[in-house]
Amino acid sequence: MIDPRTAIIDERLKNVRNVIAVSSGKGGVGKTLVASVLALILARNGYKVGFFDLDFTSPSSHVVLNIGNEQPKEEKGIVPPQIHGLRFMSVVYYSAGRASSLRGSETSDAFIELLAVTKWGNLDYLILDMPPGIGDVTLDLLRFVQNVKFLIVTTPSRLAFETVGKLLDLLRETKNPVVGVIENMQTQESTWIRSQVEAKGFSYLGALPFDSELEQNIGNIDGLLNTQFGKNLKKIIENLFLKNAFLEKRKVGC
Amino acid sequence: MHEWALAEAVVSAASEVVEKSGMKKVASINIGLGELQQVDLEIFKFALSQLLSGRLKDAKIKIRKTRARLKCRVCGCRWLFSKTGLDKSSREAIHFVPEIAHAFVRCPECNSPDFEVEQGRGVWIENIVGKKRCD
Ligand SMILES: Nc1ncnc2c1ncn2[C@@H]1O[C@H](COP(=O)(O)OP(=O)(O)OP(=O)(O)O)[C@@H](O)[C@H]1O
Ligand SMILES: [Mg+2]
Ligand SMILES: [Zn+2]
Repeated sequence: MIDPRTAIIDERLKNVRNVIAVSSGKGGVGKTLVASVLALILARNGYKVGFFDLDFTSPSSHVVLNIGNEQPKEEKGIVPPQIHGLRFMSVVYYSAGRASSLRGSETSDAFIELLAVTKWGNLDYLILDMPPGIGDVTLDLLRFVQNVKFLIVTTPSRLAFETVGKLLDLLRETKNPVVGVIENMQTQESTWIRSQVEAKGFSYLGALPFDSELEQNIGNIDGLLNTQFGKNLKKIIENLFLKNAFLEKRKVGC
Repeated sequence: MHEWALAEAVVSAASEVVEKSGMKKVASINIGLGELQQVDLEIFKFALSQLLSGRLKDAKIKIRKTRARLKCRVCGCRWLFSKTGLDKSSREAIHFVPEIAHAFVRCPECNSPDFEVEQGRGVWIENIVGKKRCD
């Protein structure tokens, strides 16, 4: 028995120049906020951007991005709708606001299914909003999508870095490129995370403050971009994505 | 029309297998089609016929439909999936992502969403049969 879906994934992503997985290992550190605002900043700077919410059991980016009523279109596959300049895809289009409690292997199946049928077209960046944990989705991503670059989010907490550090070690072992680590929800100056990240040989990209105005701007695109969180994130990624024009193009095929 | 995307996947996977095995010509491709995904057989067949090329060109397509058998992980109850009783949008959602059945389908005995799809989920290739050399 052959699963036909995995054979078509490279084809579906072949015109995507960069796949960036916003990841942490730890839950609740701000992956979704960072991924959403990152995608918006890139789109506002003229890049073609796709956004894929890979949290199949608890998707939330549709709330941050206030996606409205537009639905994916069927054109010999599924074409994600364009929302605030992004091609947006999430399982919420199918779960209709109901809980989709999935086991690990089911999450894998849903992920492979969507990778196999979603037509992203030409993109400069496909931003992936990863679920918490270093489980099925992370493993499937490493297995089925070539040349993913990881952007890691942590908080200042040692409890967050306890897991984030392990994810960094794993990504080194699997030789997956890591763009760097962002420290989110900083409440006071501290160099502890920076030193931990650098000691492991990864780059520390900068800190985003704990921003009490973030919550009231959820769903408000201009509002989000104008928060201190949004402004700091823009500074961080200016050096990374905006100035360098593109990171090196993804290689597909061996 | 997302049947086309699935047909493309089948052709792409079959080409890969044929390439690797060194088969010169393919006589038939046997495909399993699970009822849970509710693939439109006519569109799917048509898409396949349009997409087959190269060594797959003259392959006979045989499609075997399979009922979707579900088993509750909580109480052990087994039942067959039926789309009747589901509204159009839930049916469509399951068509695109069969795992979404867990949002809409419940165990008929205990109402749990925690069931396993024992068989009949989506599209798979059962086998690919090569042509004999002599002819
Ligand atoms: N810099 C910040 N300042 C204030 N609140 C923040 C900040 N970053 C994130 N938050 C808030 O923290 C909560 C968690 O953020 P978010 O959902 O982005 O985290 P996550 O890592 O995606 O979580 P999960 O692991 O559940 O996917 C949200 O309520 C978000 O609004
Ligand atoms: Mg999240
Ligand atoms: Zn039951």
